[in-house]
Amino acid sequence: MKEFSEYKGVYVFVQQVEGVIAPVSFELIGKAKELAKALNTSVFAVLCGYKVEALADELGEYGADTVVLIDDPALATYTTEPYAHAIHSAIEFFKPEIFLYGATTIGRDLAPRVSARVHTGLTADCTKLEIDAETGRLLMTRPAFGGNLMATIVCPDFRPQMATVRPGVMQKAEREEGRRARVLPFGVKFEKNDLYIEVLDVIKKMNESVDISQADILVSGGRGMGSKENFQMLYDLAEVLGGRVSASRAAVDAGWADKELQVGQTGKTVRPKLYIAVGISGAIQHIAGMEESDLIIAINRDETAPIFNIADYGVVGDLNKVVPMLTEKIRAMKEKQE
Amino acid sequence: MLNIVVCIKQVPDTNEVRLDPKTGTLIREGVPSIMNPDDKAGLEAALRIKDELGAVVRAVSMGPAQADAVLREALAMGADEAYLISDRAFGGADTWATSSTLAAAVSRLPHDIVFTGRQAIDGDTAQVGPQMAEHLGIPNVSYAEEIRVVGDSLIVKRQFESSYQVVRVKMPCLVTALTELNRPRYMTPGGIFSAYREKQVTVWTRPDVPVDDSNIGLKGSPTRVKESFPKPLKGKGEVVTMDAEAEADYLVAKLREKFVI
Amino acid sequence: MDFKLSSEHLMARTLFSEFAENEIKPYAAEVDETEEFPKGTVEKLQHYGFMGIPIPREFGGQGCDSLTYVMCVEEISKRCATTGVIVSAHTSLCCDPILKYGTPAQKEEFLKPLASGEKLGAFALTEPGAGTDAAGVATKAVLEGEEYVLNGSKIFITNGKEADIYIIFAMTDPSKGTKGISAFIVEKGAPGFTFGTKEKKMGIRGSSTYELIFRDCRIPRENMLGAEGKGFSIAMGTLDGGRIGIAAQALGIAEGALEATVAYVKQRKQFGRTIAQFQNTQFTMADLAAKVEAAKLLVYKAAYAKDTQKRYSVEAAMAKLFAAETAMEVTTKCVQLHGGYGYTREYAVERMMRDAKITEIYEGTSEVQRMVIAGSLLN
Repeated sequence: MKEFSEYKGVYVFVQQVEGVIAPVSFELIGKAKELAKALNTSVFAVLCGYKVEALADELGEYGADTVVLIDDPALATYTTEPYAHAIHSAIEFFKPEIFLYGATTIGRDLAPRVSARVHTGLTADCTKLEIDAETGRLLMTRPAFGGNLMATIVCPDFRPQMATVRPGVMQKAEREEGRRARVLPFGVKFEKNDLYIEVLDVIKKMNESVDISQADILVSGGRGMGSKENFQMLYDLAEVLGGRVSASRAAVDAGWADKELQVGQTGKTVRPKLYIAVGISGAIQHIAGMEESDLIIAINRDETAPIFNIADYGVVGDLNKVVPMLTEKIRAMKEKQE
Repeated sequence: MLNIVVCIKQVPDTNEVRLDPKTGTLIREGVPSIMNPDDKAGLEAALRIKDELGAVVRAVSMGPAQADAVLREALAMGADEAYLISDRAFGGADTWATSSTLAAAVSRLPHDIVFTGRQAIDGDTAQVGPQMAEHLGIPNVSYAEEIRVVGDSLIVKRQFESSYQVVRVKMPCLVTALTELNRPRYMTPGGIFSAYREKQVTVWTRPDVPVDDSNIGLKGSPTRVKESFPKPLKGKGEVVTMDAEAEADYLVAKLREKFVI
Repeated sequence: MDFKLSSEHLMARTLFSEFAENEIKPYAAEVDETEEFPKGTVEKLQHYGFMGIPIPREFGGQGCDSLTYVMCVEEISKRCATTGVIVSAHTSLCCDPILKYGTPAQKEEFLKPLASGEKLGAFALTEPGAGTDAAGVATKAVLEGEEYVLNGSKIFITNGKEADIYIIFAMTDPSKGTKGISAFIVEKGAPGFTFGTKEKKMGIRGSSTYELIFRDCRIPRENMLGAEGKGFSIAMGTLDGGRIGIAAQALGIAEGALEATVAYVKQRKQFGRTIAQFQNTQFTMADLAAKVEAAKLLVYKAAYAKDTQKRYSVEAAMAKLFAAETAMEVTTKCVQLHGGYGYTREYAVERMMRDAKITEIYEGTSEVQRMVIAGSLLN
């Protein structure tokens, strides 16, 4: 067995875009705190960007013990190479035991590039991270085979042990106002080479995107909706409940809903307080994205639909009748309460 | 003439996978194998460049002998050559070893552009593309939604959660494609016949791939599967069948019970 | 003997099924309802080479075989019988005779654009006075200098108004009966060539069935297809192939109805059970499934015979007879299993039953097929 005693600390890549830290970074710091405790070590947040030092305080309040600050004009906008170079340099220097990334488009671009450069393993989209009490190794559990199986992955012979975690999977730690992290500026030299790409333009997505992973209530439609027009009744139900509309892959593929609204293995993972699945049969890859919801209600005309296996309450019937009636009844009730 | 390599993977159609309702285990039988959708988008992007500017498109897949089928499909869609990287020695590879094997194979082929899909639907890691680029020493742009060739570079519209970047990347480079990139063409019937009757799938085994033993297969994989287990099923709740009105009342009652409304 | 499809045939079937599911099925009900020719779909079929499947590549086709072609018509007709007959009439009745009987110049000029999908083809034999008895052709063609002058009319012509190239049968020597019939290639826009009324049909309602009218229609002399007086034998030979296409169409309709009904009976409940749990349903569907399978074997065998035998009239007649009658029986019983719903346009079986009927009639009625089979049997 290889000797890794010089590798210490649980590190988190802090994703910031235009000075705003992605929520997943705080979620990861929360998890890193637990892992660091089990390993008797501390939490390092690696903050990359340009003129971002001010963000260090917030990281401290959420649980980072040390903020490694790599501040350079080359890091002003995210592109793969300077960020990969920065993280690679930090890994070479600090020798982390564990390094975590958010499974965002940035994290999923950066982390594999770094893993290849460092020559260490990387486990994608983990839903559970824990320390093996016996070996001290990081146990990284993730869905496999389209969400059909769970696999626990280890990285025994290389360090750091690296993983990406989907947004919304881990819990943020309680914010401690005034808790400060030690800030450690780390200088990295950036020299342009053929790996650098040039950013010509940044375009904001038009409709200020609805992030379904942050919604407390989701009304979700699937193949059984039958048409784009029928989605309107879901919007109506979502409105009276104060929730959002989401969709299954089948509905998105059929063009009835935006890709942004897709729940599931190839879409977003959600864990709202209430998830109402309408006309969704419950393909495993869909279930993988929503089964952590607190309360699941399913409406489907096929009583054998797998969605009923995970629903807390299910009704077998015609969604075209049940959904509008449900909306009306809730609306009437709310009006009465007022 | 541009040389384009497209990496494709044969995957089970995970949309068709079902769980046995009684045992809770996977029903793998009868699940069709398909070309991974993101990879197909990469292939289509390559073929469009070929249609527009002229290019040689080479499809590469790593997998068992059956993966021949997705390479034939690529040929039937219009790829010029196909290579199957297949050897037991490559088996059991994680993304690191897979990418180092594929990169070594691709290094044997002329490549101005390498396309991979963003991720495979049976693994969902999205790692092999960027890792290959690193092994090949070329830049990568992930999550591409639009691509144009301009001179010695590509202009790529790259997707983020709430924005896009338009970037210029110099060739040779690697691009990971999203299904949003395009709508892949259908094969033609004649393309299928020619893929099977005239064109070749070149099989490369261990000796054909210039890569160190320590970087392939299970041995070359930094990660190990410690265990795998079926996902613990949540207990089945209550399912009722009544008339629509009664059902709506039932749901309202449950929502009140749970203090949602 | 091995009933396995080759890898290329399996992949072709996957292609046809995916294509038909995505590009054809969504419009099937609309094509029926509006009775409009599915132009957009046909353009896609042309783009992807589906309009020249069994034609060699040197003539702009796909270079596949008849089996591939019938699988295409089958998979399309499973979702939309109108689109199925458009492909079949174009390929079997227009491309095929030019391939078989055309001169090199005719193949270059007419077959290439047809098989490559630039142009659409049609075939016109039937006349008000010449149906099953094709010898009653009254359309005349008279040679005047370097041109033939056509006079007469043709009815019930599939792809009628939409086609660009037509195979027309006309009398060049009325004194010789069937031996006085010759075949011609006529292009849309030829002077004196116009369209009559559009038929209002029970089924396959989008297939553009028109009357063609020729009044002193002048066409170049070199547009005669085959030798003078060979028209009748060209027509009969062509219809042998056409019948395989229609048999494939019928097979597809039957399969489509059966598939829809399997889904329906599993979901429809009466007396507290799904109707699939009733023995009447089970036995009916078992019989239908067995007949569909038998039809399929006959159709595939006929396609194989076309590629490997000089004569395949009997194989084609058997395939068409059995597949057409199977389609009619299957769709009728599927409507019955759907009950009242099956009689409404909400459910595809209603359309399929109307579509099925024509397969017993056109390109030789079931009675004609029986005559062909009996003729060979009792010869």
